[in-house]
Amino acid sequence: MARQLIKGNEAILKSAVLAGCRAFYGYPITPASEITEAAAKYLPRVGGVFLQAESETAAINMIYGAASAGVRVMTASSGPGISLMQEGLSYLAGAELPCVVADIMRGGPGLGNIAPEQSDYFQVVKGGGHGSYRTIVLAPDSAQEMADLTALAFELADKYRNPVFVLADGTIGQMMEPVEFMARPVAPPRFPWAVEGNAATRNNLVSSIYLEPDALEAHVNKLEEKYRRCEREEVRCEQYRTEDAELVLVGYGIVARLLKSVVEELRSEGWPIGLLRPITLYPFPTAAVRRLAGQASLFAVVELSTGQMVDDVRLAVEGRCPVEFHGRTGGNIPSTDEIIRFLKNVWGRRRAAPRVDELEVLHA
Amino acid sequence: MPEPNVSAPPEGLTLIHSKAAAFYDHYERKSELQNQTHYCPGCGHGVAHKLLARAIDELGVQDRTVLVSPVGCSVFAYYYFDVGNVQAAHGRAPAVATGIKRARPEAIVISYQGDGDLAAIGTAEILHAANRGEAITVIFINNAIYGMTGGQLAPTTPVGCWSTTSPYGRNIWNEGYPLHVVETLASLEAPVYLERVALGNSKQVMQAAKAIRRGVENQVKGLGFSLIEVLSPCPTIWKETPVEAQRRVREELAQLYPLGVVRDKTKDAPRRPAPSFPPPLTALPELLDIEESETLAPPVPASHDHADWRIKVAGFGGQGVLMLGEVLAEAGLAAGLEVSWLPSYGPEMRSGTSNCHVRLSARPVDSPLVTQPNVLVALNEPSLRKFLPEVAPGGYVLYNGPEPPADCRRPDVRLLAREFVALADRLGDARVGNIVTLGALLEAAGVVEEQFVDRALARLVKQARLLDLDRKALAAGREAVHQEAPHDIP
Repeated sequence: MARQLIKGNEAILKSAVLAGCRAFYGYPITPASEITEAAAKYLPRVGGVFLQAESETAAINMIYGAASAGVRVMTASSGPGISLMQEGLSYLAGAELPCVVADIMRGGPGLGNIAPEQSDYFQVVKGGGHGSYRTIVLAPDSAQEMADLTALAFELADKYRNPVFVLADGTIGQMMEPVEFMARPVAPPRFPWAVEGNAATRNNLVSSIYLEPDALEAHVNKLEEKYRRCEREEVRCEQYRTEDAELVLVGYGIVARLLKSVVEELRSEGWPIGLLRPITLYPFPTAAVRRLAGQASLFAVVELSTGQMVDDVRLAVEGRCPVEFHGRTGGNIPSTDEIIRFLKNVWGRRRAAPRVDELEVLHA
Repeated sequence: MPEPNVSAPPEGLTLIHSKAAAFYDHYERKSELQNQTHYCPGCGHGVAHKLLARAIDELGVQDRTVLVSPVGCSVFAYYYFDVGNVQAAHGRAPAVATGIKRARPEAIVISYQGDGDLAAIGTAEILHAANRGEAITVIFINNAIYGMTGGQLAPTTPVGCWSTTSPYGRNIWNEGYPLHVVETLASLEAPVYLERVALGNSKQVMQAAKAIRRGVENQVKGLGFSLIEVLSPCPTIWKETPVEAQRRVREELAQLYPLGVVRDKTKDAPRRPAPSFPPPLTALPELLDIEESETLAPPVPASHDHADWRIKVAGFGGQGVLMLGEVLAEAGLAAGLEVSWLPSYGPEMRSGTSNCHVRLSARPVDSPLVTQPNVLVALNEPSLRKFLPEVAPGGYVLYNGPEPPADCRRPDVRLLAREFVALADRLGDARVGNIVTLGALLEAAGVVEEQFVDRALARLVKQARLLDLDRKALAAGREAVHQEAPHDIP
């Protein structure tokens, strides 16, 4: 197929349909509305269902119903709408139902604004609903990845019978870039566990209730085993010029694009600098971070928030080296110059001080 | 699959009554007491379950039925009904039922809900499912109290009645009046069948049986939304004997909530159109407006080897700012360059200022954000003021105006000021001012060859008349560069 210029948001929906998605329930919200609008346009054409729900609460429960009936289904929203969907997401995870949710992040808290932020990391990656569950989270940094990772999201949702997020900031959703879609559309699969309203599936039950303490614990442990497996098998990240990096930048989405420019510029000045870009935010590329922490003397995390993913970086680094943070909010995106000023500042400071392991030797 | 539980009667005897086949023989999903329900003696749920199971049997739809159980005393309806079962979050059963029914239109989808579930937390979901005319059947059990959680106030609790959360009686100044569900839904156009029945005595139960059967039958016939409200006793929470509770249903609840058919459009309800047959997979790309044919990108012309255009286009909403950027990006893509286009989005697009960032590069685009443009297209003065300081030294600035304001000039950039929009107006349509400006940009800075711009315009502009106008606008823009003006590119 040809590469065509297309908005990230529209790429999500088209790729979803090619991946076998045949139902979309949503509620409009900037900057995610193009996904819902594209769904309204294209799903009826392919014999699918589009419905604009009365609220995000209703939308996610329609998703629960459609997923129960064994249809590949998705929705799209942004911060405030995702907050409303958290109840349903907990039920979907508890009932082991697959679905895909695109969160095109905007500014918060509260009504905030419609400009890009990355401040839904906590509520999406850590889970905003009740109970011991996780959602798999994919973080595209281009329109092409909006398409590719949406298709992957449907695969993972089915493989793990769990909600999967495509988490992007408003910039990635709104920008147009050339996209090449998958060559062969996927036929919508059937699921033996679904409740289809026929004799073959009459004995099936979709539920998240386990009244007996031991039964619920066994269920929660089963979910946990899935998440452990997911952590073993599904971690994805991109490493850019990290081979010999002593300064490792970490960022996802639009920030990673900026950080690549920064790496290029500072490499040309001779800095030993590289970028680690998590593509899966859950499962987080903990092992890759840990490996780099062994060779690096400084990590620097940049986010469009006051610091959310940085917690996961710090957990992975486990104190092996310092982790600095630079964040912007409100829809402000730092310029590469701004990031370089920040890096020169923190790098200068760190270089002047002994490394943590050197300190340990001194103390030994 | 469980065996049918209707065993043949011993010889010489006639079977006149049996457990409905739509019930499981043994309630294996229960952890104990698998031969009886979890409902209290005298509870209306047991009776309503029987009536529903019987209706499913009589209509022969057991295999097709999907029961959505709510949160409340009937949360475990799936213990009993030998049908497809889905358990929903509190109040959301109509939304869940919508998702199921739309996915499987052949399924008979029944949402079974109590008064807290349907008439309090799930008010939006039931109202909108009804208003959409979802072809589902709702069995609404109204016992005017929260049973499962131990007797709290329901939206349907009568005025003055005690509950654990209205210990001084329901007070209209605090909790308002009891909610009348079927009457409320009857204000909507779409519902096909709405009836209120009661379980106060055998006669009422007989009527309830008919109504529930009717509600399911409507769906079997392909009609729209049906809801049966069932006034139901709750002896345990009401602290009454089953007999007293039935009396209360007859004498108090049925007075407050009048029984009868509130809506019956079964004769003249329009049928929901059958879902269309899905197209073959091979048709999908075309249906999605995805271009399948691999049009080989032309080799990047030598002049583009080091191309790194960082373009910012800005102006008033409605000046075609985003379109100008899109044409550039499309043209760049056609020319074999890597491109990105990033708009300012939201309310800015509707009024006030609008801008977009465009990158055309021989190498993969790292950041789509343009913070130091080497081309600025400013279609109004505020945009010039705002973005001129960002322009890289040696960059191009195209300004729509006779000349830049005296305090808005830079000696180190190549600024071209022309009244592009006025030129467009003279061509017959001020709206192509953006394309006139584009023509001037191409003439002054090169950026990308005309053939690719033409191809981009042909892709983006569907109307022949407008495309023709755009081509004239491009030419006019190129010409304008060579007219004398006080502030030309040095």
